[in-house]
Amino acid sequence: MDHKHGSSMASNSSGSDRQRVAQQRLRIIAGHLQRPVDVDSTIRAAECKAQGTETHVEEKTVPKRRQEIMKWNGWGYSDTKFLFNKKGQAEFTGKRYKLSGMIIPALKEWMEGTFGTNMQHKSPATPILTSGAVQPPTLNEAFVEELTSTGIPFSLDAEDRVFRAHGHCLHEIFALREGKVGRVPDLVVWPNCHNDVVKIVELACKHGVCLIPYGGGTSVSSGLECPPEETRSIVSLDTSQMNRILWIDEKNLTAHMEAGIVGQDLERLLNESGYCTGHEPDSMEFSSLGGWVATRASGMKKNIYGNIEDLVVHVRMVTPQGVIEKSCQGPRMSIGPDIHHFILGSEGTLGVVTEVTMKIRPVPEYQKYGSVVFPSFEQGVACLREVAKQRCAPASIRLMDNEQFKFGHALKPQVSSMFTSFLDGLKTFYITKFKGFEPNSLCVATLLFEGGREKVLQHEKQVYDIAAKFGGLAAGEDNGQRGYMLTFVIAYLRDLGMDYYVIGESFETSVPWDRVLDICRNVKARITRECKDKGVQFAPLSSCRVTQTYDAGACVYFYFAFNYRGLSDPVHVYDEVEHAAREEILANGGSLSHHHGVGKLRKEWMREAVSNVGMGMLKSVKDYVDPNNIFGNRNLL
Amino acid sequence: MASGAVYSHRDPMLKKRDDFEDILEERRNSSDLRYALRCYTPLFYKGVAPCKPSMLKSMVLQSDQLHYVINQVSKETGRETGVVQDEASAILEEMAHTLQLSTVRFFAFTLSKVFKSLFRSICVNEEGIQRLQQAIREHPVVLLPSHRSYMDFLLMSYLLYTYDLTLPVIAAGMDFMGMKFVGEMLRMSGAFFIRRSFGGDKLYWAVFSEYVKTMLKNGFAPVEFFLEGTRSRTSKSLTPKLGLLNIAMDPFLKGQVFDVNVVPVSISYERILEETLYARELLGIPKPKESTSGLFKARKVLSEDYGSIHVYFGQPVSVRSLAEGRVDRCQFNLVPRHIPSRADEDIHSFVNDSAYKLVRAQEENMVLKPWVLLASLLLQNQAAGQKQGVALDELTAQAVWLRDLSRQYGAFLHWPDQMSPSEVVSSSLSLHRGLVRICEGKVQLAVEQEGAPVGPGEPRSTVTPEEKLLSQAVIVLSCASYRNQALHVFLRPALLASAIHAASSNQKQEVFNGFSFLRNMFSNEFILCPGATVQDFEEACYLLVKTGALQVTEQEVLVTEGGHRTLAFLISMLDPFLQGYQVVCRFLCEEATESLTEKQFIPAVRKFIIKHLLAGRLRHAEVLSSDLQKNSLAAFLRLGAVQRIKGVDQGTLKVNTVMVNSLEDTLGGKLPTQKAVAARL
Ligand SMILES: Cc1cc2nc3c(=O)[nH]c(=O)nc-3n(C[C@H](O)[C@H](O)[C@H](O)COP(=O)(O)OP(=O)(O)OC[C@H]3O[C@@H](n4cnc5c(N)ncnc54)[C@H](O)[C@@H]3O)c2cc1C
Repeated sequence: MDHKHGSSMASNSSGSDRQRVAQQRLRIIAGHLQRPVDVDSTIRAAECKAQGTETHVEEKTVPKRRQEIMKWNGWGYSDTKFLFNKKGQAEFTGKRYKLSGMIIPALKEWMEGTFGTNMQHKSPATPILTSGAVQPPTLNEAFVEELTSTGIPFSLDAEDRVFRAHGHCLHEIFALREGKVGRVPDLVVWPNCHNDVVKIVELACKHGVCLIPYGGGTSVSSGLECPPEETRSIVSLDTSQMNRILWIDEKNLTAHMEAGIVGQDLERLLNESGYCTGHEPDSMEFSSLGGWVATRASGMKKNIYGNIEDLVVHVRMVTPQGVIEKSCQGPRMSIGPDIHHFILGSEGTLGVVTEVTMKIRPVPEYQKYGSVVFPSFEQGVACLREVAKQRCAPASIRLMDNEQFKFGHALKPQVSSMFTSFLDGLKTFYITKFKGFEPNSLCVATLLFEGGREKVLQHEKQVYDIAAKFGGLAAGEDNGQRGYMLTFVIAYLRDLGMDYYVIGESFETSVPWDRVLDICRNVKARITRECKDKGVQFAPLSSCRVTQTYDAGACVYFYFAFNYRGLSDPVHVYDEVEHAAREEILANGGSLSHHHGVGKLRKEWMREAVSNVGMGMLKSVKDYVDPNNIFGNRNLL
Repeated sequence: MASGAVYSHRDPMLKKRDDFEDILEERRNSSDLRYALRCYTPLFYKGVAPCKPSMLKSMVLQSDQLHYVINQVSKETGRETGVVQDEASAILEEMAHTLQLSTVRFFAFTLSKVFKSLFRSICVNEEGIQRLQQAIREHPVVLLPSHRSYMDFLLMSYLLYTYDLTLPVIAAGMDFMGMKFVGEMLRMSGAFFIRRSFGGDKLYWAVFSEYVKTMLKNGFAPVEFFLEGTRSRTSKSLTPKLGLLNIAMDPFLKGQVFDVNVVPVSISYERILEETLYARELLGIPKPKESTSGLFKARKVLSEDYGSIHVYFGQPVSVRSLAEGRVDRCQFNLVPRHIPSRADEDIHSFVNDSAYKLVRAQEENMVLKPWVLLASLLLQNQAAGQKQGVALDELTAQAVWLRDLSRQYGAFLHWPDQMSPSEVVSSSLSLHRGLVRICEGKVQLAVEQEGAPVGPGEPRSTVTPEEKLLSQAVIVLSCASYRNQALHVFLRPALLASAIHAASSNQKQEVFNGFSFLRNMFSNEFILCPGATVQDFEEACYLLVKTGALQVTEQEVLVTEGGHRTLAFLISMLDPFLQGYQVVCRFLCEEATESLTEKQFIPAVRKFIIKHLLAGRLRHAEVLSSDLQKNSLAAFLRLGAVQRIKGVDQGTLKVNTVMVNSLEDTLGGKLPTQKAVAARL
């Protein structure tokens, strides 16, 4: 059932799942066949695929009709969610995750205690979208006509269009739950390969159509939102069907992929050949390679493998001016400013990333989780700083503050072989080992080591020795593993919260080491203060974690959620608080974003962030590459 | 907590103030010893226990900031870092407090005795104490008491001890250290000592600022200092000094704490212990050195009645909300925060504006006693030449009129309404019997005492006219210091009244120009927030219109029939200052030579004024005040009418006679078109 090295994300490759998915896929294909525009898609797909060496038609995770396996108004798979069952206990449904099918007894109390929620007060989502909620498409007839003649599949279906009109910002999901839909793409097109994209872009330029690339749809920067002021026809270019590994080069340890491949497929397929990229953003189940490049994504294990910009060897992007790419795959070049850096982080404003060559590594021989409990967050940060200084960070090291530590406890499942030991262990831990620790100030770091067995054990010792200097006590492997397992599960919790008047979000920054503590304290306090000022009745959850370490600083995540009962416009309050929190971040020397990107959500601060000249540089690139603003999602600038 | 709370309200009548509680009452009814030894369990900032003085010192010595400066100094001077480090330790030793509870208990005991014998009551607004307590728990706190007496900081610590609040550490001037024993006692009760001037001494500055910041950042204790820098000898608030406030705001601006709360505290003395001491000092009669024995000579003081003290703990002001929209904190992002940097212009002006707001907040909550009004009236009457004084009932009637006016202006007046006005007046006069005389039912200042000695030790027989003048001036200045307590209430309307008086027409624009000229002229004399001319003008108009003294239209400003009395009063309020500045102008034009140094300025101008007073050419003995003379010089320097020329050993003053002349004329209302001058300024 498990992956080779215990990855915790949802798994499609297991026997029964695979069957089910295959059947589903058949259904979907049958469905498409009934639709006129899609007649020869399968044939065309075959044409495109002939270029590739490896094809895995059955193993695609993402169908064209995403809504068939994913929620249209929430996070993740339709079959997976948190709910309170008839007995009033929290339960995680489905079969995909390790936590699936389990009861989480402490969650209810934690929610009640943290947010003042009440099981009687529900705020359920609109179950289905009424047809009237979606504007009929504004079509560019000439474009549609020519597009049809290319045979590239597309759809005008309202569900398809609504699905691609949003990412996963709170306000986006909140609106969907209320059955409210703003401007949506007028048409969704599914290119099957690079050449399809070239054709689509040519047609868009020719007919004056606005294109918005769509990868995995996990954007959290309003990056996918259609600009309401856009009067042209908007076409969502969904890359999900461009999802093949085209070749693997074992001599140079590189692999060449189509940009639509999502993280879980990429890792799974590479694993089959004994490799991995090691790029594991928390959204990797759904986010795509092209999306990572377009947003400068960061993976959990960047300490070993690097962030996306370190991993990319070669990129191909289709722009209105033509295709941009480098002429060779040299590992480093001094040929002026690196043109990859115009592409990385371009957020869909310059063109479509179609193919990427990435570094790969052999799958690590050995993996080991770990955790350390610190008496205080200050000591935890000091430890991480020292680890970074000695450049001995494990594949992943994350430091949770006290609130998150408690939250982690609230998510302990009831009965499970893998957890019983942990539960009991923790109890005895508390009584014996952590006796001197103040339960309201201790915090925990989770660790993931990877590599050769010997090396891992050595490395582990080194890190625990450092931790000990800062008062840290090793708190067991299970504790750590559970932390990472929750990574993919936590995203589902927001939907549960929203069922009970709780809204929330996380946002991130990067900051020099000497300011980490200050920024954590001040931003958390600012959130609490702003909520109070804005009439939020119950003190919010305002918490943070340090998720990445660098030589010169760290990446910090803030989690913020509150009970919105009694507020007439909760999303507005939420937006104001997040805005204030971002101002606080900037005032404390934090960056506008470490990896989520700017999108439209953080655009207003761009000029300040990169200076007038910097802004001018970016603008002039945009003006040259895309003078007619075909890639008109209006992110970034 | 909002920044709005610092600023004057639109309608001062609506100002809500807390009630007072007399803390001496309990002291009179229960054992002082038990009180001094009682269990003291204050609540600390975020539950952090305060840190031992020794621990604090080592935190400072180990700080990045200090290390940086030590290395820098060592590089610049070629001395070993170890040597510089030792020097830093020595500075810190000289500076640091050694707060210990036992000393505080000692003071709690002795001060209880002293206070009970000196004062009738010490009244505190307990709601303010509660707000302070809350603030201390949530944020690092800076206490900013007004400074009128040596008593102030002992009193503050005494109060905080009484209310079980974290004891403050207090920035005190080094001159205290002259009194060996007392200095050490104060140190043990939480005072830390800073040299008066250490201009270019980087190391000193680094130790000092890091010391203060360490206490603040960690919230070990409220940091207390006097925004005015020194005791005000005139009871007027002094132009705020920015150094410490700058340091105190720095941890917030650099993100090291979420917020800092600043609490203005207004301490009002019904009778100031140092009353005549101050007057003599202002007149240049040499100041006794602040020595221990000197302080004990003041024992005779102990047998007198000094009325009551009111201590008002103001609304805590959040530095964060003061800075909101004013300061871009991102400016600190690009340099490591431990590297000392020069404050940018915008930070400087932010701190300056905040300082003014805070001093005004102190002023606003100063409790005024009826005597303050009486002193104002008696001084005016005296200057008007009523040598034989005012009839008691006439004075009472005037006082009642002024009481109502000042209340409408928002004064925090403690007029005992349960007593009849004549009782109020006579009890006030009796408390201040050293300053007034009632003779045949007429009240006058006690200036005509035949042969009143200048100093206690001097022989009576050889009284020269000059000495007589000075001894009269002691009384006048003492009285003026009470009147000055109310100045902030009347200041803006008085500037307006004087501008109206001087204007050649009713044109609003002309009046505004005159107002703005005077405001500018007097901005070293009174607390006038920089850049708030229009606001002040509107406030003044509002008050005068509200009280029916004025009608203001789009174009014109008209004095009403009934308004003349108010305006006359207001003009007389400002008159001594106008005359003082004019006479300094005259001095500068007539007597200032090329070689006049800044040091010689005060004695020379004093001589000049004495000459004119004796010749009967000046109405106000008050203009002898060196405070006024210094302030006017500062104003002339600021306006460029006088320039400092760097000389060999000391700077000389270069007078721009044309400009000084025209300033004098404008002050005297002689120039028909003031616009020209106003524009030039
Ligand atoms: C639960 C959750 C966890 C997350 N965790 C992480 C994390 O750990 N690390 C991290 O870096 N991010 C994370 N994110 C953010 C998000 O997953 C990343 O920004 C991701 O890179 C987006 O990829 P996507 O394929 O979903 O792109 P989309 O959301 O579809 O698009 C993002 C932007 O890129 C553009 N774009 C997409 N594909 C292309 C393409 N092929 N060519 C050109 N432009 C394109 C789109 O127009 C859009 O502006 C998380 C998000 C969620 C919701």
